[in-house]
Amino acid sequence: MNLYQAVRDAMSIALSKDDSAVVFGEDVAFGGVFRCTMGLAEEFGRERVFNTPLSEQGIAGFAIGMAAMGHTAIAEIQFADYIFPAFDQLVNEAAKFRYRSGGQFNVGGLTVRTPTMSVGHGGLYHSQSPEGFFMGAAGLKIVIPRSPIQAKGLLLASIRDPNPVLFMEPKILYRSAVEHVPLDDYELPLGRAEVLVPGTDLTLLSWGTPLYHCETALALLARPPPALAPHVPAALRTARVELLDLRTILPWDAETVLASVRRTGRLVVVHEAARTGGVAAEIAAEVQRRAFLRLAAPVRRVTGWDTPVGLQYERFYIPDAVRILDAIVETLAY
Amino acid sequence: MDNLLYNVQRQGKISFYYGEEATIIGSAAALAPDDEVLGQYREMGVLLWRGWGIDAAMSQCFGNEEDFSSKGKQMPVHWGSPEYHFHTISSPLATQIPQAAGVAYALRRDPRRRGKNCAVVYFGEGAASEGDFHAGMLFASTLPSPTLFIARNNGFAISTPSTEQYYGDGIAARGPAYGMDTIRVDGNDVLAVLSATREARRRCVESGRGVLIEAMTYRVGHHSTSDDSFAYRARQEVEDRKRIDNPISRFRLFLQTRGWWSGDDEEELKARLKKDIMQAFKRAEGLKRHELKEMFTDVYGGEEPWNIVRSYTFVPRKEQRQELAGLLKKYGQTWEPWRSELRKFKGNGEELTRDHGKIE
Repeated sequence: MNLYQAVRDAMSIALSKDDSAVVFGEDVAFGGVFRCTMGLAEEFGRERVFNTPLSEQGIAGFAIGMAAMGHTAIAEIQFADYIFPAFDQLVNEAAKFRYRSGGQFNVGGLTVRTPTMSVGHGGLYHSQSPEGFFMGAAGLKIVIPRSPIQAKGLLLASIRDPNPVLFMEPKILYRSAVEHVPLDDYELPLGRAEVLVPGTDLTLLSWGTPLYHCETALALLARPPPALAPHVPAALRTARVELLDLRTILPWDAETVLASVRRTGRLVVVHEAARTGGVAAEIAAEVQRRAFLRLAAPVRRVTGWDTPVGLQYERFYIPDAVRILDAIVETLAY
Repeated sequence: MDNLLYNVQRQGKISFYYGEEATIIGSAAALAPDDEVLGQYREMGVLLWRGWGIDAAMSQCFGNEEDFSSKGKQMPVHWGSPEYHFHTISSPLATQIPQAAGVAYALRRDPRRRGKNCAVVYFGEGAASEGDFHAGMLFASTLPSPTLFIARNNGFAISTPSTEQYYGDGIAARGPAYGMDTIRVDGNDVLAVLSATREARRRCVESGRGVLIEAMTYRVGHHSTSDDSFAYRARQEVEDRKRIDNPISRFRLFLQTRGWWSGDDEEELKARLKKDIMQAFKRAEGLKRHELKEMFTDVYGGEEPWNIVRSYTFVPRKEQRQELAGLLKKYGQTWEPWRSELRKFKGNGEELTRDHGKIE
């Protein structure tokens, strides 16, 4: 399955096993603009899989109302770039629902899915990674998968988690990431990072699309092509870099990240969102406080620039393999 | 009760208080007791009508240990009770309007409640200017969902008169644009509100779609205790309204002409209410707050996602609770602003310092 098929499969399982579950948003009935809801309306009926009017604040508010009644509401925001009209409903309402009612009400059944990150030609409003804006919304969870297997297991866990979850799907992976996904119902744990490549010399942390650039960067580090070789000192090519997928952005798995950094003494964090106020800032601050004596180099952030995502400039905007490679080399050589 | 709480706020005993209209009672009486109500903040009458009780209201206003609406986490008048089908009030205006459409859709999908219940959402004419009003009306009519919209048009949003709020014919004129059955009613006439709400509710439940009521009233009180409304409207205007078009006087006259009410009844009721309210007030005032540790509860539900080892502990709220406990140990008895405040909490915050240093 590719990633959109894995997402669809997860929703199909959720709808089959939970009569209260519904899927809705703009254009989901015909299968969704990214095909994530293909055939669900035919399979489960238009009362359970339906289009809404074109209003993000409406979608989020409506979803909160359903979840407040104990139903499972799986809402789609067509692009993460368009989640801001729903910011008030998500931050002031969904995140605070349980707390402000002293535990009497909650919207645990709420999951908001939304395509995120760059796609090569998305410009300002089809490329954004807004996870950092929600970082301060205690009460919400934020989950970003890197692959079809991850997407299915994390989405099922998100749908069933007793808290409102923002599930952000890297849209460039919808068709490009393909792997054998188990057909069974399975869940992957929220709040847990995953070690993809074990290492001892540097911790490389990312989530979503940039993980693939991180993999490329590690290959370039070990075997730099002639054009890059002058920039990669031979002594650093055997460095063992530990690659981590954070997976859950809020609450983030500090335990795993810290255990890794305490071992390696070096940390590079990579995300597509702009640097200032990005998630890496939060991680860097906590790491320097808790692993101060173990750090052999400053924590390095490889991120989008503090500008919107300009259409023709994207290749220079995103933290691609060479930028990650450069940060690794500089951090190792510090 | 409004008068009392209002004066209490003026004495600085509670932090905040709003007035309320009688429109609420007329509509509350027309609803089924298990219709789901989503309010703005002037709808205490619905809860009182349903039998929630004065003690519960007082507790919420004081945020004491019997405040189960929000365990002292929200400002006064932000009530809520699942048992009485009253969703917890929140401050951001109009957010409850699209939520009501979602609640109604859930009712429609529940075989036990389909065709029996509706969601009822109250809001003022100011809140109806928010985008969420548009969204809620649109979703309830299009999807559709059995949602009863009750707009209280009292002429003012804080200082802003309705002439600066909209240029059209009030809120009711918007209903048909969403394809919604709509009625405008004299909000100072309890019986008119009662019968309009009954019919509106009937249509709402039977059609499974949104229905809109606009109740025309006048906000006799100030917007809230933080507001002196004579800064933007004439005292005489308010006095005239109180005298000529007072919903309670009008209902009193109706009862008297039927021979159902007398001056003696009135005196007796006033005395009894005053006594009950004073009693509840004294009781609520005397109670402590919830334990201080409640500040950190109910942010998330379920298990915290980490298996915690002492030296690697990282559950932000547990960490932060520990951090506060450590600070209390250090300064709790020497830093006066904290020392006097701690006495107001059940257990004086000791449950935090007791846990401090323990492996969780």
